[in-house]
Amino acid sequence: MISCKEVSRLVSESLDRPLTLRERFWLRLHLWRCRSCGNFAEQMNAMRAAMRRLARSPDDPPERG
Amino acid sequence: MQQANTDDLVEQRRYLMRYALLHLRDRDRAEDVVQETLAAALERGESFAGGSSVRTWLTGGILKHKIVDVFRARRREHTISELGDDEDDGRDSDALFDAAGAWQTPPASWGDPAKMLEQKRFMETLEKCNGALPERLAQVFTLREVTGLTTDEICAELGITPNNCNVMLYRARMGLRECLEKNWMTGGRPS
Repeated sequence: MISCKEVSRLVSESLDRPLTLRERFWLRLHLWRCRSCGNFAEQMNAMRAAMRRLARSPDDPPERG
Repeated sequence: MQQANTDDLVEQRRYLMRYALLHLRDRDRAEDVVQETLAAALERGESFAGGSSVRTWLTGGILKHKIVDVFRARRREHTISELGDDEDDGRDSDALFDAAGAWQTPPASWGDPAKMLEQKRFMETLEKCNGALPERLAQVFTLREVTGLTTDEICAELGITPNNCNVMLYRARMGLRECLEKNWMTGGRPS
């Protein structure tokens, strides 16, 4: 089994490159049993979606004093 | 320039400002690159009407390159420590895990992601937390998540190794997550 720490790295890298078959296997096995890492993975996906949404929204300039 | 074009320009500017601010995290610097972007588009005789398709062209064709130029200049002008965060020493992420690599504080659910994105306070906190990241991490992170460059492209643009790029993205995400946990749930402000 791989640790939660290793899983957190793999989850991050899965956002940047395709994981290898072996990595996907260990990741899935871990996520199947570990709710905490499942929550973490959901949070990473949510952060990405939120950053993209933020980037597409207009800026409201601050009040000029 | 016709009058109608002025409204389009003002509208485009608001979107470009947000885009630039997410990367540069400084209003003056963002204003500079947005100004230059709009000027370059004017010189080419571009119209600002056309909403998001023109915006895609303005950001991808001009603004993105100006942001990368600013990043490069800042990396040249400042030592690594001035930009915050040095090579991976593992200390940050080590503190989050015990010796066996298990979470010190196991992540709890943030709730329905779709609802979260509708929360103004979540989005505001996210922007503040992005603003609080060390610059070196923020450069890589925003080029990846906002501009959507691949890690290979980021490596080439900023002259860093792929492994270092992965490490910095990881640290940026962990840092952002910690900041959100601390400030979004409790209602405090990022320090």
